[in-house]
Amino acid sequence: MRKIRVLIGKPGLDGHDRGAKVVAAALRDAGMEVIYTGLHQTCEAIVEAAIQEDVDVIGLSILSGAHMTIFPRVLKLLKERKANIPVIGGGIIPQDDVKKLEKMGVKKIFGPGTPTNEIVEWIKNNVGGKNSPGQSTKSKKSRKQK
Amino acid sequence: MSQSKKRQWEDKYKTCKERDFKFTTISGIPLKPLYTPDDLADFDYERDLGFPGEFPFTRGVQTTMYRGRLWTMRQFSGMGTPKDTNKRYKYLLKHGQTGLSVAFDFPTLYGRDSDDPFSHGEVGKCGVAVDTLRDMEIIFDGIPLDKISTSMTINPPAAMLLAMYIVVGEKQGVPAHMLTGTIQNDMLKEYQAQKTWIYPPEPSMRIITDILAFCSDHVPKWNTISISGYHIREAGATAVQELAFTLANGFTYVEYGIKAGLPVDKFAPRLSFFFNSHLDFFEEIAKFRAARRIWAREMREKYKAQDPRSWLMRFHTQTAGCTLTAQQPENNIIRTAFEALAAVLGGTQSLHTNSMDETYALPTEKAVKIALRTQQLIAYETGVANVIDPLGGSYFIEYLTNEMERRAYEYFEKINALGGVLPAIEKGFFQKEISRSAYEYQQAIERREKYHVGINIFEEEEKPDIEILKIPPEVEIEQIKNLKKVKKERNSTKVKEKLKDLRKAAENGENLMPRILECVRAYATLGEMCNTLKEVFGVYREPIIF
Repeated sequence: MRKIRVLIGKPGLDGHDRGAKVVAAALRDAGMEVIYTGLHQTCEAIVEAAIQEDVDVIGLSILSGAHMTIFPRVLKLLKERKANIPVIGGGIIPQDDVKKLEKMGVKKIFGPGTPTNEIVEWIKNNVGGKNSPGQSTKSKKSRKQK
Repeated sequence: MSQSKKRQWEDKYKTCKERDFKFTTISGIPLKPLYTPDDLADFDYERDLGFPGEFPFTRGVQTTMYRGRLWTMRQFSGMGTPKDTNKRYKYLLKHGQTGLSVAFDFPTLYGRDSDDPFSHGEVGKCGVAVDTLRDMEIIFDGIPLDKISTSMTINPPAAMLLAMYIVVGEKQGVPAHMLTGTIQNDMLKEYQAQKTWIYPPEPSMRIITDILAFCSDHVPKWNTISISGYHIREAGATAVQELAFTLANGFTYVEYGIKAGLPVDKFAPRLSFFFNSHLDFFEEIAKFRAARRIWAREMREKYKAQDPRSWLMRFHTQTAGCTLTAQQPENNIIRTAFEALAAVLGGTQSLHTNSMDETYALPTEKAVKIALRTQQLIAYETGVANVIDPLGGSYFIEYLTNEMERRAYEYFEKINALGGVLPAIEKGFFQKEISRSAYEYQQAIERREKYHVGINIFEEEEKPDIEILKIPPEVEIEQIKNLKKVKKERNSTKVKEKLKDLRKAAENGENLMPRILECVRAYATLGEMCNTLKEVFGVYREPIIF
């Protein structure tokens, strides 16, 4: 079975990338293939990258308060593209919004203070690496912004 | 001190049991159980400390420090529409705040208008939206700009927001030379840590030196750059890295100012600094004291500044947002109080205290009032402001101050070896250092080598139940409506003309500030001005590192 492939995305204008990078490094050290989009990505670019890279899960980090706009948009774009990729997230997100987001289809929101191994475990338990040997030789890499 | 008594004590100590804990500062400086005169073997009072308000300013930048005037209590604030923000400012001033600090929303920070597609969902969310002069007029409505100083956290579009503030002043009858305040205008730390950029580093430095030149002639009481360690620290740096990188950036601005033909004493007195105050109490205090001493020495000896005002480092402090916990949020009040106390004992000139609810959203009125009251308690109840640099002379504090300084100079050598700050940014040096420290700190927390109450010790299961501020989506709709109205009412031919002049100035190297002021007066939008400069300067792309 190939390694679990994860796309970590920073959508919108938010520049707070500490959490995204720490999570990316932790997932990489846990043996996953991590694609980090870099900052200031559109929802379209993130969805396109996720499909192109054939990832098993998308993790979005949003600390700007725009989560109620960005998560629904990414979910909608994935649906339009018929891409069945689970979306998880983290950042500065109030409890009420966490409930709403999980209801609309975001699989899990990891708030501040979450140990990275909790995220690793969640992904391992909920997202299986697909069997696609043709792609298993891909090395870790970072995508440049478009 | 009797060496034999010391040895006796040390022998006795070795027979005792220590807690199972690695005793280091958060930056990883190993800590002995006790500090004595032996740790300050070549201590020289005049050389290392001196007197308050005198070289090398280790004990503070003013002669009287807080016995003359308390620090400025300045809460960073802004949300929703300009009207909402004006209301919050009046609330804070009513409760005893003594200075203003504007938080802009993300579109404004990136020089984008509220109706830009990239702004969708972000308008008014993490700060106030400003599209044109009209918004700034509303934000400062009824607030006399000759009586209050205003700090603006704004970087790539700093020149535009400063120009708007100047014009608001004009309209209130306050001329530019009387305005007091600060623009952050520190692009180097943007590339390193905070990541709000538009243009590549070189044109950004040109805009900054244009501002330095313009302000030294026309807005002489304005702090032209707030050289910021805050964001470097928030992005994950240690105290030592924050100290070293911030000072290295400061020296780079001085070098660019000199290179642009400005005499150092003409602009250096208006450079100010902005630091983080984190959890490790003594390490933070030592950091502040070391920062003042290094700046003074380098400004006098390396950059040959003659004016003592060029030697002294004035700084603002904000408690560390990254130390706040979503778990047991009320604990954040106490955490912030300790961090604020360190800033005061470190001699800060102004202070922002974070609110307990900020791991969820922008603060409610109640939360921000408690944060302000925290400062007032320190100032009026604890007595710590009654004696200058009360920790000065402590064996431990002086040792740690020296150690912070020594480690900062090690970083200066590394940065110099890479060719200076700008080449080091291009090579990703700072970005890698900061990412590494952020990851190491997270690992230390997860291995319980460092503690964070509510995170890895004294955890509780229950979900917190505190009031949260909501910014409704109607804010974006209203802001776009107001922007459309301004665009309809202004003279669009004049706007086009002024933007063309701005473009020409960008191309031929003349100072941009007078052109930007003309655009602002014609109600050109922030996006129009920034996009005009983009056409000439291009945009920055980051190297991706994690």
